[in-house]
Parts: sequence; C-alpha cells; structure tokens
Amino acid sequence: MSDETRVSRRALLTGAALTAGGVLLERLPLGATPAGPASIDPSTVPGTATTATSARSPFENPARTPAGILTGPAYSPIQEFSGTITPNDLVFERHHGGVAIIDPKQYKLLIHGLVDRSMVFTLEDLKRFPSVSRVHFIECSGNGRNGYREAKPGHTPQMIDGLTSNGEWTGVPLSLVLREVGVKKSATWFLAEGGDAAKLSRSIPIEKAWDDALLVYAFNGEPLRPANGYPMRLLLPGFEANTCVKWLRRIKLVDQPNMSRDETAKYTDPLPDGTARQFSFVMDAKSIITRPSAPSRIQRGWHEISGLAWTGRGKIVRVDVSTDGGKQWFAAELQEPILSKAHTRFRLMWEWDGRSATLMSRAVDETGYVQPSFAEFEAGRGPGTDFHFNHIRSWIVRPDGVIEYGVGV
Amino acid sequence: MIARSRMAVVTGAALVTLIALIGLASCKRETPPAQSSGALANEPQTALADARPAPSVPTRFGTIGRRATDAEIHAWNIDVNASGDGLPAGRGTYARGATLFAAQCAPCHGSHGEGIPPFPKLIGREPRDGFPFGREAKYAKTIGNYWPYATTVYDYINRAMPFPAPGSLHPDDVYSLVAFLLAENEIVDRRTVIDARALRNIRMPAHDRFVVDNRVGGHVFR
Repeated sequence: MSDETRVSRRALLTGAALTAGGVLLERLPLGATPAGPASIDPSTVPGTATTATSARSPFENPARTPAGILTGPAYSPIQEFSGTITPNDLVFERHHGGVAIIDPKQYKLLIHGLVDRSMVFTLEDLKRFPSVSRVHFIECSGNGRNGYREAKPGHTPQMIDGLTSNGEWTGVPLSLVLREVGVKKSATWFLAEGGDAAKLSRSIPIEKAWDDALLVYAFNGEPLRPANGYPMRLLLPGFEANTCVKWLRRIKLVDQPNMSRDETAKYTDPLPDGTARQFSFVMDAKSIITRPSAPSRIQRGWHEISGLAWTGRGKIVRVDVSTDGGKQWFAAELQEPILSKAHTRFRLMWEWDGRSATLMSRAVDETGYVQPSFAEFEAGRGPGTDFHFNHIRSWIVRPDGVIEYGVGV
Repeated sequence: MIARSRMAVVTGAALVTLIALIGLASCKRETPPAQSSGALANEPQTALADARPAPSVPTRFGTIGRRATDAEIHAWNIDVNASGDGLPAGRGTYARGATLFAAQCAPCHGSHGEGIPPFPKLIGREPRDGFPFGREAKYAKTIGNYWPYATTVYDYINRAMPFPAPGSLHPDDVYSLVAFLLAENEIVDRRTVIDARALRNIRMPAHDRFVVDNRVGGHVFR
C-alpha cells in the first residue's frame, strides 16, 4: 500500500485532504469540484491538481498571428508582455519553407570550406564545448513594415512591431567551434545554411564569428522550440534575424559573400538615390510604447506609459517620451539591468486630461544614435524602402479615450 | 574574503560565517583532491582556499567532433555563389523551362510569373529606366529589375524550389527554368542555351545597384 493511498484513505475519513501532500485528484471526497473559470469562491473549494506542464490562466489568451503560414510572419503579442523576456511559446515566427522537424539524434553540423579540417559535429558534440548564456533580442528586419508602408489606424503593437523577441540564449561561441576546425587566413566570410525546406543561406563577415556569434540550442532555459530553430540555430546578436539561420546544418568558410537570394533580392534596402543598401545587418535603435496603445480606450487620470526599446549597437542609454507629438520630451525610467543588444523596458507616469494627445517614444543608444522621426526616416530612406523601419512610432489618443496608431506621424 | 573569515573564526562574532565555514569544510571532505598545479601548491591551506582556478583549456580540444567525409560534404555543399562557383555540369533550354514552369511554378507564381500573393512576382522589367524602388513602393521587385546575378538564380531555384519539393530538380531542369526566367525578363533571347559558362557571362540589369551598408551608429541618420 503506497503512502499516497494511506493518506488518501485517512483524508477521506477525516476530511483533512488539504493538509496532506500528494493527494491525488481522483481520491478526493465525492462532490469536491476543482475550481474552474468563473467558478465559486476559490477559497472555499480545492483547486486543480498538478499537471505535467503549466497552462496559462484560462483568463489569459495571448496568441501570435496569423497562424497557419508556411512562408511568412507570425507576430508576437508584445502589448501583452511585462518586463523584457518573451515567453517561449510566443516568440515571433518567420519561416521561408515551414517549420523543420529535426530529430536531435540525427542532427549534425558540417563546417568546411577554407578550413584546416572539414568537420562534423553532433548536437552532443556541440554541448561539450564551454557554454554561455546571454540575453539578446532577435528581430526580423521587416519588422515595422505594417507601421510604414502598410500603416492602418487600427494596427496594434503586435502588428507593427511584433517581429521582435528577447530572452536568454544558451549555446557555444562560434569562435570556439571555428578554432576546432582551424580557419584559413583567406576566409573573410562564412556562409550559414539551414536544414529546412528553404535551406536558407546568408553570408556573414568572419569578424562577427570572432566577436559574439553563438551557436544556440536553448532559449529561456529549455531547448529551442522547433519554430525557432530546434535543435540548433545561429545567433548573431544585434543582426537582423534572417541572418540568425535556424536549423543550422552547414557553415562554409569562404573568401567572398555568396550573394544569395536573401542578401540581394530580399533583405536589401532600396534608397531614394537609386541604389539598394546591402548587408545592412545591424538593427538600429528603436522603441515602441506597448501600453497604452491601440485598440484600447483609456479614462482620464494617471496612466503608466510603458514600452520596449532596443538597439543592435549595444545598450540603450535613454528613452524619451512625449505626449504632445514631440514638442516636449520627458526622460523615461529605464528598467535595470540594461543589457547590450537586448530589449529594455521604459516607463513614464502620465496624467491624461481628456484632450487629444499623441504619445511617442524616442530611443537613444550608446553610440549616440537617436531614433529618427517619421519625417526624417522617410526623407532618408524613401517611401518605398523595404526593411529596417525604425522611425518613431506614435499613438493618437482621441478626446473619447480611443487610441489609434498614428499613421505617418 | 579569507582575511575576513579568519577574523570571524578568531572572534567567534559571526555565527553565520562560522556555519558557512563548517558547511564548506564538510563539502571539502566530499570533493576529490584538486590537481596540484605549480604556484598554488605552496599556498597556505585554509578552509576557503581549496577552490583552485579552473584548469586552462587548449585552443583546440581535438576530441570533439570528427572529420567530415567527402560524401557528407558533397551531399550538402550545394551553394552557387555570384561568381558561379558550384554550378554543376548540365544545360537548359527555354522550351523545357517553359514546360516545367507551367507545371511546377505557375501554381504559385502565376502562368506569366506575375505572382499569386503571398508568392512573389518573378517576371517584369518595369520601370524600364532607373531604379526607383526607394522613392516609390508601387513597383514589384522581380528577377528582371532587382536580382543582381544570374548565377544565384540557379542557386535559389536549386536549393528552395519547387516549394512543395525543394531539391527535387535535375541540374538540366534548373538550367532550363533559369533560361525561361531570363528570357521572359528580356535578359537573354529564347534561343539561348543556359549552362554554367553562360550564367557567369550574363550581366543582370540590377547588377550595379547594390551598395554596402554605410550605417555606423552615432549622431548621423543614414
């Protein structure tokens, strides 16, 4: 007879079930109903039993959107997040050939090209290297297209900037793995290629490999989710997410960029002078107020204005907030710790007086770079530019309290 | 740290520290003896001095991973770069490409390569003059007006297309599809046989339009 059964019998006899550890649900006295949503006072009935994995509260339903896309983005609900860490199941998605499902026992990484030894590493091999954990954002360089080229008043923070996520990545510095194969001096770039249906490939300057590039296998304490590259992806802190090749299966050391599709036909930035900017890897400083924001309606009185700021060039040093469309700016409070190439939470308390207001945030990074206004961005990049949309985002608060995205503001 | 804890033991004033020391001492008994290493061996042994610096690791471990076989490299070494390195033997024709395109590509890209959203337009030279994509959002980017190298058209089709069965095309099929797409984009004529040499010698309309990123952070917005 197990301890649990003994406890359960005693519980049935004495009614002391709630004081005993390890009571199983089915052994509770008849008539005891676990509390559910909109149930009776939860302090008067037993709660639900333990589960293998936690579900969200039935009152919380954050979701990426759209779902069911094989080649395209699913935006993360950034307006529903607190702090800076993105929950694993809500990290944004962007795939070019669907989510590859890879057996970790079959996984291997090939490194070849201009190396002393062409080598193959299994997942277990890569986990034998010294590991590091670092908090970084990862952002699609197409993030913000809905706030610029395809702007609508009803757009939410999710639809405007939901292609950025932040958390703690664990993996091995690429530099350590490259020392194992021995990189020839003639290698100036490396090609990173995925094992998905798109076999997505990008050329990266070798300097990034020696700097802070990581081969990551975990995010926020657990293995990567398949949608984010399980079992292994490249992480290039501060670089556009397309370069952080998921399902990484091959690294080839080369002496010139390949000029692959995703570094020429796509992920280049056409400019007003009749050129297209190429290898625009770094994500410049950016911020967005996530609360209050569309589609909410606010009441007069005090509100916390809160949002996220980040830069691919290091740390955020300042975020200014305006409630009058940029005439006056106030220094927002930045949540510590402020980490390099990571989301930074900013806050400012604001008393709304019931008149029209325009809420804006402006990030400044440690290089002195200031997030540009919409007008400055449009003049510099042109209405047709296609990536790296980092202009100031605006929320219009109408006198009735309804909030809309500030199109072209 | 060591000085402070010695003082604590001597004075007996810091009960918490004492408990910590007892804890560490018991840990020490369970820990295998640390490797003797040079200078540290002569240090006085105290309760808190038993953690030695981690052993230095070699630049190269030498025992992690294994050599790749030629067959493994051959199977995955699929990339074709701008210079045409990696292009295989084979040749393709417009006629064969047109047939393949209608059967395998048109369902997503349209029978005239016009693109069925979300799948992109492939064929078209508009606007004929200039490269106004930054100034105006209305022009779709195609192989004819925005793709800078003919060689990498081969690379992309070969690695990622057709969407439901990537990697299934024979090199002659890929060359034929490139022949069809280049001809429809008015870059070669329909009689041109496409092979590795031909692709290396084609100059695409957008070839000179790409400039390397000049953003460096700091006060100037670019």
